[in-house]
Amino acid sequence: MKQLFSNLNFDQMRQFGTFFGLLALCILFTILSPHFFTTSNLLNVAQQSAIIAVISVGMTFVIITAGIDLSVGSVLAFSGVVMASVLHSGLPIPIGIAVGMAVGFSCGLVNGMLVTYGKIPPFIATLGMMSIARGAGLWFTDGRPISGFDDSFRFLANGEIFHIPVPVIIMILVYVAAHFVLTRTKMGRYTYAIGGNINAARLSGININLYLNIIYGVAGLLSALAAVMLTARLNSAQPIAGIMYELDAIAATVIGGTSLFGGKGTVIGTLIGALIIGVLRNGLNLLGVSSFIQQIVIGSVIIGAILLDTNLKNSKN
Amino acid sequence: MTNSGCILEMYDIRKEFPGVLALDRVQLSLKKGEVHVLLGENGAGKSTLMKILSGAYTKDSGEIFIDGNLTEIMSPAHAQELGIGIIYQEFNLNPYLSVAENIFMGREPVKLPGIIHWERLYREAQTILDSLNVKINARHKVESLGVAMQQMVEVAKALSLKARILIMDEPTASLSNNEIESLFKTILHLKQQGVSIVYISHRLVEIFEIGDRVTVLRDGKYIATTPIEQLTRDDMIRMMVNRDLDDQIPKVKAIIGETVLKVENLNVNERLKEINFELHKGEILGISGLMGAGRTRLAKTLFGAEKIKSGSIYLEGREVFLKSPRDAINAGIGLVTEDRKTEGLILDLSVKQNISLPNIKRFIKGGVINFKKENEVVDEYIGKLKIKTPSRNQQTLFLSGGNQQKVVLSKWLCTDTKIFIFDEPTRGIDVGAKTEIYQLMNRLTANGAAIIMISSEMPEILGMSDRILVMRDGRIAGELSDKEATQEKIMNLALGEPYEAAV
Repeated sequence: MKQLFSNLNFDQMRQFGTFFGLLALCILFTILSPHFFTTSNLLNVAQQSAIIAVISVGMTFVIITAGIDLSVGSVLAFSGVVMASVLHSGLPIPIGIAVGMAVGFSCGLVNGMLVTYGKIPPFIATLGMMSIARGAGLWFTDGRPISGFDDSFRFLANGEIFHIPVPVIIMILVYVAAHFVLTRTKMGRYTYAIGGNINAARLSGININLYLNIIYGVAGLLSALAAVMLTARLNSAQPIAGIMYELDAIAATVIGGTSLFGGKGTVIGTLIGALIIGVLRNGLNLLGVSSFIQQIVIGSVIIGAILLDTNLKNSKN
Repeated sequence: MTNSGCILEMYDIRKEFPGVLALDRVQLSLKKGEVHVLLGENGAGKSTLMKILSGAYTKDSGEIFIDGNLTEIMSPAHAQELGIGIIYQEFNLNPYLSVAENIFMGREPVKLPGIIHWERLYREAQTILDSLNVKINARHKVESLGVAMQQMVEVAKALSLKARILIMDEPTASLSNNEIESLFKTILHLKQQGVSIVYISHRLVEIFEIGDRVTVLRDGKYIATTPIEQLTRDDMIRMMVNRDLDDQIPKVKAIIGETVLKVENLNVNERLKEINFELHKGEILGISGLMGAGRTRLAKTLFGAEKIKSGSIYLEGREVFLKSPRDAINAGIGLVTEDRKTEGLILDLSVKQNISLPNIKRFIKGGVINFKKENEVVDEYIGKLKIKTPSRNQQTLFLSGGNQQKVVLSKWLCTDTKIFIFDEPTRGIDVGAKTEIYQLMNRLTANGAAIIMISSEMPEILGMSDRILVMRDGRIAGELSDKEATQEKIMNLALGEPYEAAV
């Protein structure tokens, strides 16, 4: 065991730490509540975490480049209502989904262009988009939700394949793909390089603008995918959906060990982070803790994780 | 006790940084009311000595006497109390506040605690400014002033702190001739009031005009202190550069081939213009010059990282338009940057990831990085360059300077690089690694690569170059063949023609 750890670098150890944190939470809730450690409840946690987890993947890429995307929740709502109206117009489901994804990708791309060509800090660019996309969604629907969809569409939320809920399958596919991209492809290597040192990356011949645009675009695209999942689950696309999702996604990413300064992070860490938030919510619900207190607990966990992180790192260096 | 009449004496000052002995038994004495010129090449130790005097660094050993009393300078604040003021090249002013606020920053006169006495603030600031004979309104914002006047505000700030010793670091670097004249008037005025000035400058013309005595440093050592009227320009240059070139630099001459790079009338901006030169296969072209002469900017321009205003670059006879580092890399140019930590490496990433960054395409098959191939190539370079690292997955942050530099070199060795630009290739690395890097350069040129080597180290420039360009003020001041080049000739070109400024 000792041997194993001495071979790991800090970031790998950090990841183990997060994983043990998740494990400890699970054990704690198993002891405290007989309803926690059951197949149905665990699948339930996974299903509830899936939407935030999918958004968090885009957030992780963006944060690894030392950026931030505050617009994910609003983009989710806007692409959701556009998709819903296409579905209501009677066009086939794949076309509706494709249109929704296109809207999400475009919003992300605008973020990327503001950051790269406009040279606006990501915080400000995406803060603007957060308001614009929210407003666009409300304007588009006149503030009203668009509800009622075919069962074949709702399968995306309620269906099961081999007893596994479809949202969980979507989440797993997204994570497998993202992990692959981040660790095995040029794009992944460049993502770390841009966040680690943008000057050195540029002087190594990386087309910074191209990759940043793709990354912000993909973050928007994944928000739209989350919109599909959420709309199918609620059987309704709401222009006020996804409020504060950006904060959950940032929290999952940061708890998962991605550095807000860029250059470091993994999607596996983010998945664990998203599950930690999901398990906390679920477990506290089972224990009957009020949602007000839940917020306090989750906030404390975020701060605690980062405090631990920074202090461990300082003591190590 | 010590010499009478000296306001400041520093003896046997020693300061060591990891791997570098920056100051070795250096001395400096300052008389009341004199302008004392501190002269030396880049890296001679002038700045380190001044930082010790102003409390920014602490000396490792040595003694400092102020007014004949042994004094330990503990901190910048303590130096201020002792009457030592320093004016850096980069001013420490807040442009959006008034002149008076800047002068009394942190020491504003108050009516009641926390309530600034504005009339007194402006009045006292104006008194100081008037005493300098400069026409500055204390109520104006600093941003409305030109560079020369901002410098006067710095002087006023130092005087308001009752500075008796004023250090001026290249004060004329960004001033016009008229502004220099008015600065000199102020300096003479300060002298009459008994203020002593340590004046750092490379402009020998000015030094003769304003200086009383000169102290020369070279490679962190004290060379001499002499009254200025006993020196000629050539004496000064000799004192600055006259080191023994006993360094064993293992230069192996390669066969010089056809022209691979030709630069014609290249203009970038005021700081880089009218650049013409050629580079040949198998050649090391050394580029010398003082800091700020435009050498790094030239390197960046050839690497596509600066916008070209006019002029042409030809590679093997064909004109190329390098709009980004990517274009330059694709054209076979590699840049080993001056600062490996901020521009050469991504410190959080591993040795492997850094080496393969510009060449990742080589290892990609079907969109996926082929780790086996990548590892093989990376290991090959770790072996070839003897990079000391526990593994290819070690973060570059944890490597020594020499090994970090080898990682940067590997980046370009494993791309298809034909022209290497080395910007200060051996800065801050140990002797052993230096020699290895020189040997590597020899291998590169033997294999037909061409090298542009920017360096501030004379032995390196003289030892490794086949030809030397000397830059000054953004232009190429002259070219020397390896046979005719001497330290004196290089320094002569780097410092400029005798008296061109004031004519």
